[in-house]
Amino acid sequence: MHTDAQKHAAPHGTDIQMTYVEAIVQAQIEEMDRDERVILMGEDVSIYGRGKLFERFGKRRVWNMPISEGGFTGLAIGAAISGLRPIVDLSTASFVYLASDQIINQASKLRFMTGGQIDIPIVFRCFMYSAGSMAAQHADRPYPLFMNVPGLKIISPTSAADIKGLMKSAIRDGDPVLVFEDARLWSLEGDVPTDPDRVIPIGKADVKREGRDVTLVAIAGAIRPTIEAVDALTEEGVSVEVIDPRTLKPLDHEAVKMSVAKTGRLVIVENGHRVCNVGSEIAAVMAEEAFDLLRRPILRLSAPDIHVPFSPALEKGFFPTKDDIAAAVRRLL
Amino acid sequence: MQMNGDQQLEAYRRMLRIRRFEEEAMRQFSRNKIPGFFHSSVGQEAAIVGACLALRDDDAMTGTHRSHGHPIGKGARLDALMAELMGKQGGICKGRGGSMHFADNSVGIISESGIVGGGIPLATGCAFSASVRGVDQVTLCFFGDGAVNEGTFHESLNMASLWKLPAIYLCENNGYAIVTSVEQSHAQPDIALRAAGYGMPGVTIDGQDVTAVFEATAQAVARARAGEGPILIVANTYRFDEHNYGLLVPGQPYRSVAEIEAHKRDRDPILLYRAVLLEEGVSEKTLREIEEEVTEHIKKAVKFALNSPMPETETFSDYMFNTPI
Repeated sequence: MHTDAQKHAAPHGTDIQMTYVEAIVQAQIEEMDRDERVILMGEDVSIYGRGKLFERFGKRRVWNMPISEGGFTGLAIGAAISGLRPIVDLSTASFVYLASDQIINQASKLRFMTGGQIDIPIVFRCFMYSAGSMAAQHADRPYPLFMNVPGLKIISPTSAADIKGLMKSAIRDGDPVLVFEDARLWSLEGDVPTDPDRVIPIGKADVKREGRDVTLVAIAGAIRPTIEAVDALTEEGVSVEVIDPRTLKPLDHEAVKMSVAKTGRLVIVENGHRVCNVGSEIAAVMAEEAFDLLRRPILRLSAPDIHVPFSPALEKGFFPTKDDIAAAVRRLL
Repeated sequence: MQMNGDQQLEAYRRMLRIRRFEEEAMRQFSRNKIPGFFHSSVGQEAAIVGACLALRDDDAMTGTHRSHGHPIGKGARLDALMAELMGKQGGICKGRGGSMHFADNSVGIISESGIVGGGIPLATGCAFSASVRGVDQVTLCFFGDGAVNEGTFHESLNMASLWKLPAIYLCENNGYAIVTSVEQSHAQPDIALRAAGYGMPGVTIDGQDVTAVFEATAQAVARARAGEGPILIVANTYRFDEHNYGLLVPGQPYRSVAEIEAHKRDRDPILLYRAVLLEEGVSEKTLREIEEEVTEHIKKAVKFALNSPMPETETFSDYMFNTPI
């Protein structure tokens, strides 16, 4: 581990080890340094986790909000229309429903409905607890709902480097961007570029493992059991290609097609509920546009159409596991 | 704070512009030149114009689904507004907004929300932005009596008062949320009293009296600009037309014909103000000139709108993104 001082002092153009959650904070520090219009708002943001941001930027840039998700989300949208570039921390993804009227009816629509008279450069952050006995009201993964809304960009990167680079793109973007962080990934460490101008473009997938036999598309926190399964399969001599879309909207369908052109087999893994999720969308587009490339049916692994249970005994097998993923790959061989 | 002579004539001119715009637009609506819903501002002109005239040109504003009067009150051009109602490319929102969403950003309007209460947090955010950026802009937020029962109203007023934001909350209380009266839906029908719950002043004024609306708003604007925080102004007004054109359900009266007629006869804000101006020595000739000028202005707006092309179908996806991916 490096100290904060080391992280800030590292020369541009080098990489440094940090966790996923540290990379989020670092992205915000760099973008708030770069552009004084960027402000941060949310519940308890001055104290929990991001105390570093409050110390550095103070109360005119980091705003603790009352528990009024709809109200402060709308306030942030009004501020975005009027010269600021807010990052709205909505905390647990289940709380985003409270803000969803403002995100959908105002943020996603107003540029269009005013004929382009206004812009809404705003970032909405939230995190998904997909395991840990949070029970159903703190365990939502609602990104598929928002994928059905035109006008929103949605990212859900899975590595420390990716979240830093994509978060920076989100903050610099001229439109509303939703960031769905998977709390399972927060503690992951990785090499992260220190160069404050290194951004990762929204809308580009990344090949996390190269392979020949099967394409595995892993969404958000599903990347962890996916990589474990791929390690086990590699030992069996199965060559799996892992694609992380990183951006959920717009999806990089070309990257999936390119991989499927090589493998002819596709498995999509995610922790969202099964009906109308990212896997549904990728499978539909592949069926429409890349049917001839497929040698076997597309398989989707996801959470069932049941609410997330509280008891560890019930939650244990609820989300796709390493064994589920490995079994799905073997079925296609 | 009183209106000067020029402001008085401008108040009359803008109220009349709203009235004649709505009357002409309703004619175009009945000729099928205007699609969708049509929510008329007729009867509510003084509440709109009195408040707008208390603002500077660079002050900001948000409005409601009953949105036609707000940009006109703030000084917008009528031609692009009429074209918008007709869904034309020359419309202020390029035919993407329509009747409930008449936002003209060139006069400081950041949105007119078709979702009741939806614009209140946006106005609060606009005032928040001015405060953070250290500029002395104030934001005027229009909403109706129905919106007072939305959560956005409470959450917004709390935050605005907490941070002393330069926002003016102006309730156009026309007595009815579509067909449900204030008495039927508000546990506390005296809406101004609600302000006390957020530690801000609340005042009730005669919304049919453009002078009263101007003076109350001008005081509120001065206060907000001085950093003393927001205020809730309840302008009691009356909607002369139905919630939207053609909505009236026969045999299901929610207000009596006598009530409507009494308001039109005794409480018409334009007739009331015309009498005030004459009494204060403005000549009949001056008023006639304004009336003729407004009529001409409306005619030109209709001509522009009718001649403006419909948007090309292949442009349906325009204006979605500042930064397309």
